[in-house]
Order: sequence, then C-alpha cells, then structure tokens
Amino acid sequence: MERTPKGYTSNFVEAGLKLFIQSHRNMALRELASLEKYLGLKKPNKYSTQGDKKVPVLQNNNAPPLVGLVTIACHLVKEAKRPELLGDGAEGRAVVQQWLEYRVTKLDSHIEDTKSILKDLNLYMQDKVYLAGNQLTLADVLMYYGIHSIILDLAVQEKEQYMNVARWFDHIQHHPGVRHHLPPVVVLRNRLYTSRHH
Amino acid sequence: MELFVSEGNPHCLKVLAALEVTGVQCGVQFINHEGKVVPFLPRPAVPTLFLPSGQHLFSSNTICRYLFELNGPESSDQCNQWLEWEATILQPALLRALHLAVLQGKGSEVPKVLQGPLNVLDQSLAKGSTAYLTGEVVSVADVVLWGALYPVLSVSSLVLSDHKSVKAWFDRVAAVRGCQSAAQKVLQGKGLEAMKSYMQKQPAPQSRDTQPCNSSPAETDEGERNVSEEEMEAAALTWSKDLNACSHPAEKQHPVMPQEGNRNVLITSALPYVNNVPHLGNIIGCVLSADVFSRYGQLRGWNVLFVCGTDEYGTATENKAREEGLTPQQICDKYHAVHSSIYKWFQIDFDFFGRTTTEKQTEIAQDIFWRLHKNGFLVEDTVEQLRCENCQRFLADRFVEGMCPHCSYPEARGDQCDKCGRLINAVELREPQCKVCRQTPEIRSSKHLFLDLPKLETELENWLERSTSSGDWTANAKQITRSWLRDGLKPRCITRDLQWGTPVPHPDFKEKVFYVWFDAPIGYLSITANYTNEWEKWWKNPHQVELYNFMAKDNVPFHSVVFPCSLLGAQDNYTLVSHLIATEYLNYEDTKFSKSRGIGVFGDMAKDTGIPSDVWRFYLLYVRPEGQDSAFSWADMALKNNSELLNNLGNFINRGGMFVTKFFGGCVPAMELLQEDKKLLAVVGWELQQYIQLMDKVKIRDALKHILNISRHGNQYIQVNEPWKKIKGGESERQRAGTVTGVSVNIACLLSVMLMPYMPAVSQTIRDQLNAPQTCINTMLQGPGTFVCALRAGHRIGTVSPLFQKLEADQIEALKKRFGGQQITASTQPAAVPAPPVVAEVKVVNGSDPEKAKQLAEAVAEQGDKVRALKSQKAEKAIITAEVSKLLDLKKQLAVAEGKSPEPAPQKGKKK
Repeated sequence: MERTPKGYTSNFVEAGLKLFIQSHRNMALRELASLEKYLGLKKPNKYSTQGDKKVPVLQNNNAPPLVGLVTIACHLVKEAKRPELLGDGAEGRAVVQQWLEYRVTKLDSHIEDTKSILKDLNLYMQDKVYLAGNQLTLADVLMYYGIHSIILDLAVQEKEQYMNVARWFDHIQHHPGVRHHLPPVVVLRNRLYTSRHH
Repeated sequence: MELFVSEGNPHCLKVLAALEVTGVQCGVQFINHEGKVVPFLPRPAVPTLFLPSGQHLFSSNTICRYLFELNGPESSDQCNQWLEWEATILQPALLRALHLAVLQGKGSEVPKVLQGPLNVLDQSLAKGSTAYLTGEVVSVADVVLWGALYPVLSVSSLVLSDHKSVKAWFDRVAAVRGCQSAAQKVLQGKGLEAMKSYMQKQPAPQSRDTQPCNSSPAETDEGERNVSEEEMEAAALTWSKDLNACSHPAEKQHPVMPQEGNRNVLITSALPYVNNVPHLGNIIGCVLSADVFSRYGQLRGWNVLFVCGTDEYGTATENKAREEGLTPQQICDKYHAVHSSIYKWFQIDFDFFGRTTTEKQTEIAQDIFWRLHKNGFLVEDTVEQLRCENCQRFLADRFVEGMCPHCSYPEARGDQCDKCGRLINAVELREPQCKVCRQTPEIRSSKHLFLDLPKLETELENWLERSTSSGDWTANAKQITRSWLRDGLKPRCITRDLQWGTPVPHPDFKEKVFYVWFDAPIGYLSITANYTNEWEKWWKNPHQVELYNFMAKDNVPFHSVVFPCSLLGAQDNYTLVSHLIATEYLNYEDTKFSKSRGIGVFGDMAKDTGIPSDVWRFYLLYVRPEGQDSAFSWADMALKNNSELLNNLGNFINRGGMFVTKFFGGCVPAMELLQEDKKLLAVVGWELQQYIQLMDKVKIRDALKHILNISRHGNQYIQVNEPWKKIKGGESERQRAGTVTGVSVNIACLLSVMLMPYMPAVSQTIRDQLNAPQTCINTMLQGPGTFVCALRAGHRIGTVSPLFQKLEADQIEALKKRFGGQQITASTQPAAVPAPPVVAEVKVVNGSDPEKAKQLAEAVAEQGDKVRALKSQKAEKAIITAEVSKLLDLKKQLAVAEGKSPEPAPQKGKKK
C-alpha cells in the first residue's frame, strides 16, 4: 500500500485534512494514539510536541508533563494496568527497556544505517518469537511502529534476507489490536530467491 | 553476572558509577574497544552486562537502570524521562562535543554545541527545589547524567560558566561515594586524552541530525523546490513557443515496420495462459504496464509495435478440455475470446493480439529446433516418467498424487509436498495415483531431447553483460538472472509426451511435442508473423530494434536465460531482449488472489463493479508493484479515487474550464504573465521533465506521481489567486483573473497529454472539453518536455463537465464483501466437490453448457437457501445484500450456461 502522498501542505487544504496530515507527519503521536487504543485506554490523553525533533509531550492535569516516546509509552502501560507489557521481574524489565532504548536511539536517530539495524535484529530474532521473553511486550509494539517504514520499503528479496525480522514483523502486525494506524505489509512465507544463501 | 567495560569509553563511566553507588555484586572485566561480547551484534558493544539468564544488556542506560532496580524500586516516570532525554537529546550533542574537543582540538566550540541541552538541565534544576534530579536522594537519572557529562564538565577548560544550577548539582553528585572512583577507572586521570582511541573508532557525528525520521528520499524531492530566475525565464520562453507544425499525430499505419533513423521499439507482454481468467495482478504485471509504455512511446514519437497473445498449448489445456467435454482447440477458442474481451475493456491497445496455436508457430518453432539441432545444442537423454495405462498417457507432475518420500504426507503432489514443502520428483512418490482415474501409474522410461544450456553459458553471459548494462533491466530481473547463473545451468528437457503442443519434427521423437517453456516464448515471433509476413524485420534485426519484455518476476528466468539461449543457439541474428521489465507481485487486500477460493477481482469482474475502466487503470498503475510487492485494497482504491482523482486532478481541470465558461464566455482570456505565473510554469515544467525521465526508464508508477503533483500545484495556484473574487474587481484585477484562468486551462491541457498513457478515455475527454488542438499531443512530450501555451487567448473551449465520480463507502464495502471469498468459508459443501464456478467465467460463451448448468443450478439453490436462512435470522443488512448479489450473479451465469440471454432476474423493488 502507498504512503499518503506529500504535498498536501498548501494553505487551501481544509483544516481537518491538515490536522490529519500533521498528526500523520508526527509518527510518534500516531504511535501513542494507537498504543492507547491497543491498551484500551478510555479517555484519550492530550499531547503536544517539543523541539525540532518533535519529541512527544504528554499533558498531565495533576502532574508535570511527561516528555519522550518511551517514557510516555511506559506511563500509559502502567496507567492501563498491564505491567506484563513491561516485562517480568528486574531482568525481564531490563530486556524490554533495552529494546525500547534501541528503538529511540539507534532506529530513530539514523546514526546507524538501516542495514545494520536489520542485521542486528535478524541475528537476535533467530531463536526468538518476541523481543523480550515469551510474550508480547511494549518493546515489540514500539519496535514494530518504528521499523514499519523500513520494512515497507524492503524488496521481497531483502525481506527474505532478513527473514527472522520479517517473520517477527508479520507476527506482530497480526497481533490483535496492534496495527491500527499502519498499513499492513505483505510478507511472503514461501521463498523466491532461494539460491541467495548458497 | 559479568560487566564488560573498556578504558576511555565514556559510556562505561556511568555504568561503573552505577555499580559502585548501588553496591551490586558483579564481576567487572576490562576489554578493548573492539571486544565482541554480544553474540548477535556484529559491532562491538561496550559496556555490556551479561545477565545470569544468559541475556545481554548492551546499552549503558539500561544497565544502570537494571542495577538500580535490583535493590530498589522500579524507576519512576521522571527517572525514565531523564534517561530517555539523555539517550536521545544529550548523547548526540555530547558525541559532537567530544568529537570536536578530543579529535579536532576545537574545545572552544563545545559550549555552543552543548548549550541547548545544558539550558534544559539548568532550568529544570533551578525550578525544582530538590538536591537531585528526581528528589532528595541520588537516583539512576543523576548517575547517568553525571557520568555522561563528566568527561566534559570535569575538564576545566570546557567549564560552562553560565549554568550555575548544573554546576552545583554536578558537584553534589561527584561527592557521592563511588562516582569519582568510577571516573578514575575509566579515564585514568588522563582527561580527554583518555578517550582518543575510543572516539577515533566512532562514526563521525552528523552535523545535522534533525531530519524528520519518517521521510523517505522519494518523498523529500517532492518538497518545495527553489526555482531560479533563469528557470522561470526559460519556462516562459517555452510557453510562448508554437505548437509543432505537423498538424496531426501520424496515425499508425499497419503493419508497423522498423524505420531507418527512428527509434524502433518492439514491446511484448508475457503471454497469458489461455485457460485462466487473468486477475488484476496479471493485468498490471504484463499487459497494462506494456500498454502504458507503448502509448507513451508513441507520444514520444517512437516507432512502436506492441504484440501479445494467449499461450495455448500444454497439459493444463488438455485437462480443461477433458473437464468441459470439449477439444483443446475449442477450449482455446473459447478462452481466447474471454481474454480478448477483458483486455479490450481495459483499453489495452495491442497492435496485434494473437495466439500460439497457429501454423506460423509450428513453422518457426520447428525452424529454431532444427537450427539448434544442426548447431549441436541439443542432447538426448532418457527420462523416467509415470504413465497411467488406464488413461493411456504419461502423467504430468500435477496429475500425480502420492505419499511424500520425505515426510510421508499422504497427499503430496507430483512436484512438491504441501506439508513439508520439499520439491519432489514425481517418480519418487510412494504409492502414486493418477489424479484423474485413481489407478496406479507405472514408471516408464522414454527418450527426450535437452537444450544444452551449459554449452551456451559463456555466450549467454557475454550477451547478458552487454544487455543489462546498456538496457533498462529492473533490479529484480537482474537479481533473479544472476542467481540462476550462479547456480550453474543444466540441460533442460524441451520435449514432452503429450498431444496438445507443437509437434517435434525429428523422426526419432514422433508422438512428442515441445515443452511449453521452449514453445511459448517463440509465440512472440509467431504472433508477429501472423501480424505481418515481414516479421523478420522486427525479430532478426537487433541493430535497428529495441526489444522490451514486460512480465511479472516469476517469468524472468525464461526471458533472460532460457529463451535467449534458444535464440543464441539457433544463430540466426535474432533480436534479443534489450530491456527486461519485471514487476513484483500484487496482492489482494491482506492475502493472495485465489481463483479457487474466489478471492480477488478477476479481469472479467472489473467491469461489473460499475467503476470505469480508466479508474481501474489509474489505481492499478498507482499501486503498480514496482520494486516491491504491493496490495490492491478496496478502501485504498476509494481513497485514491476520491482524494487524487476527484479532489485533486479532476477538481483542478474542472475549475479552470468552469472559469473560462462562466467568467469569460467560453473563450480563453488574455494572459499577462507575472513572476508568480512564470514560477508556476517553471515548477510544472520541472515536474514534466521528471515524468519524462521516469517514463523513459519505465518507472510507470513513479511518473504518475508527477502528474498528480502538477494538478496539486495548479489547485494551490488557483486558491492563492482567487480568480472568482478578482473577476468582480477592477480592470487590473479582472486581467489577473484572466491570466490565472488561462494558465490553468493550459496546464489542464498539458495534463491531458501526460495522462494519455494512463487514462486514455479521460485524456481524450479533457481535450474534447477544452476543444484542444490534436497537435498539443505531439508537442508537449518532445525532448525533455515542452510545456507550450496550446490554448491561446481567444480559443473557444467546449462544454466542461466533471470527470470523476465519488466512490461511496457503502459501495466499496459491498464490493469488498462480494470479492472477499467468504462464499467458500461460509459454504458447507464437502471439500472434494469443486466450488461453484466463480462469477462470470462463462459470460462470453454463446452455446449452452449442460454440465456447467447443472453445477450452477445446484449452486443457485444452495445460495438461495443461504439467503433465506440469513433473512429469517434477521442478519445484518449488509451481509444479506452481499449474499443476494452473489445469488444474482450465479443466476446470471446459470442463464448463460443454459443458453438463455443473461438478462438479470427482475429485482423486486423492495428497497434501494
């Protein structure tokens, strides 16, 4: 499926559409909105962004605002009383945090190139179903949101090259309630470029 | 638990500090910077904490947080926030600062780089009343930030004087037991110098890292471009040029023949297999893509011949004939007509649409065969095959079933096991059964001829080298070809024990026919030969003719390796492919197209949706699987129709025309170009150039975006200039309204030309509405693009009316249900019975078909029961509607199969 084409920014676009595009532009806010839906949070929170990097800010009525995607996401999970999404025990929590940090540092910063990120994950996912432990955690959800645009751009043969990532990705996008704002990406199960690894 | 750190690595500082502060028991190993600790990270990742569970934590903040949580509470939201800020905001700045100070000796620039983050920290500390970042005790946030800032803040020369609160806090944390000793361990008291070897191994920080993270390169070029004065003047100059003198675009004279001095382009689309109704994926992959390019080539003034046809020989046809009680020839006749009518509806403008079951095919295939034979490129070998005595024939792989020799799955097919997925040789099957009569076939050996591909390999590689470097081969085509060559070529059998095929002329191989893969591509030649007797001027003329093959990627090896080998081996100066254009796959919604499960839209159903052919073409081209797989989605189709066609393109073209009609009595007003107008002309000219560059390289989908960009620019231009207001103003305002209107209709005229390959009917409608001269067609796409003012002041336009219609949500929902394949999941019939034939497969047939009629009658009865049941259960209206429409479809087919006219049963006007 196609990304929404750019160029809608001209001043004649109706206000509603403009708002939609802006929120679309700010992927972090879209992610948080989707996460809220996934968590089943009833009343939507108020968000804004801060700085050049458009870091998301959660406006809190009775506490200072929270800043940062991971921070807010963890806060939402606690609010929804779904501690299992943050991992089991100190170790489990650490592994979840590890990948959340990877997401916002490596994946979002563009310091690393896409290939090395896919390589890391592919090796890591070789014997794993989820990023941390044996169940879906916030790490899977945010990594999925963050890596979506990369996977969307992969050619079939690249998806095969990073097969473990593609398998994990396909699994997460079909997890009930996770996908929300993102278009599904087609992942073929049967291999086409079989001789590649010879 | 073991912690791996290295000297001079600033990240290790906070980790060691955290270890000291928390007092957690843990072994510490110093390793060098290149030490590889984490098995799944190809790069060194220090510090790393090796957990008792065998997992690795490889980032410093996570390690610190873990150490703190081991003996304490979970970190608070506030702590988390500081850690995230440190990792995402502070670290990139620090990396830059350290790079400057340690490697470049530019310590003086450090304050500037760190100013932003330090201001944030300073303000926060000043505002809060607590000693530490998150309270009165040291938290993980303090240790992490302190450790991160230590290398910079501890060096007196870099001290930042105007951050008093930071300074106070920094000193407070430094006094915490353990912090200083951690710093000592990592930096060895050597200050910045200690980090030199570490910093040298880090990638140089980017000077600008504020790129928005969700923009891909393709999108960024679409942003606002700066247009120079020169570009504007050049655009205005082009604008004022005359249309090409030649009054009419040369109508094609058939037969089209190569012309000296012109670009002669021969276009083929992969030959669709005759007994399948093509689905949307087949259509976009081959014929539609080829059609767009062929039409475009003519606009560019090339001499284009576009041929295609149905591929008719093979076992599948034989079998289909047996099923339907017809001869193979009758089956081919019937389905050839189905194909023709589908492509006609999609406006695929073949110069000739032929078929492979012709005398020319026999003649040319046998000629190539004898040449290969004479040149020694055919070898003989015996092949073991299964033969069913009961059916009196050798069994093709797909007509055998048996037990998988690998996993013992009882229903493995002759070529592959569905359970374990392994490839099988049919003779290896245990307990094989003929799929038709269920008798046990026997193994027989029989002599066959093989094309000696290894012998042709060098010649092939030399040719491929030339063709792929000088021509436009898609990346997947090159990749698939390379992988075939890498594996080494093996001799390929070219004969088959069948009747329905081109007979092998060799006396030792009587009774045999050519294998379809050898035979089918020769169809391109024989189809051309049926078009013109002088076909060799196209096919044996590599110096004058450029050959474009269009296909989906599954067809690549036959066009890039096998068929070229046949032609190279035949040594008759054949025209080989110069540009191999392969698409990836188009999926249907979330899944694959499946005829047997009734999933997806097939060629013959598209017209029953009521959506115009041009809109289908537009959407399929918009999602053309160019470079990657894509998916057809109803919701997306509606969205693109409503947003791009209706609100963007259609809206713009309609507005310009309406202004001319309403404000200027139907005549194009005089235009006085201002700077702003010239700027628009330059922008539009640039988009036109991009379009031409992309189309020349057969990037059909990418080029389409530039058409839509132009109308977007146009809409914006109209909106900013508000001609509908200005027309009511004074003289100069009225003139301004005239200029804007005139420029707009001229852009509409340009758009009609650019749209021609994509939406031929709409393109013509636009020119009709504008009463545009036909000469604009062959002017605008010349050279790098020539946007001239084709509708001069005083030109009278025709009647303007809307070009597109909205696709409503309920309409789309109903279509989605209808083609979603639920009919099978909901049906209760046993799996062995073939599903009721899906929709309009038989529409074109004239005579009656009792067998089909019987099946259909059953299907109608069953569907009727289902609808009644749903109604009595008071099911959702939408579900009932969808089922009713299926019922009506089935009834329509039944009527056809019974030989009645396919009048739809009169609908009871219950509700609309």
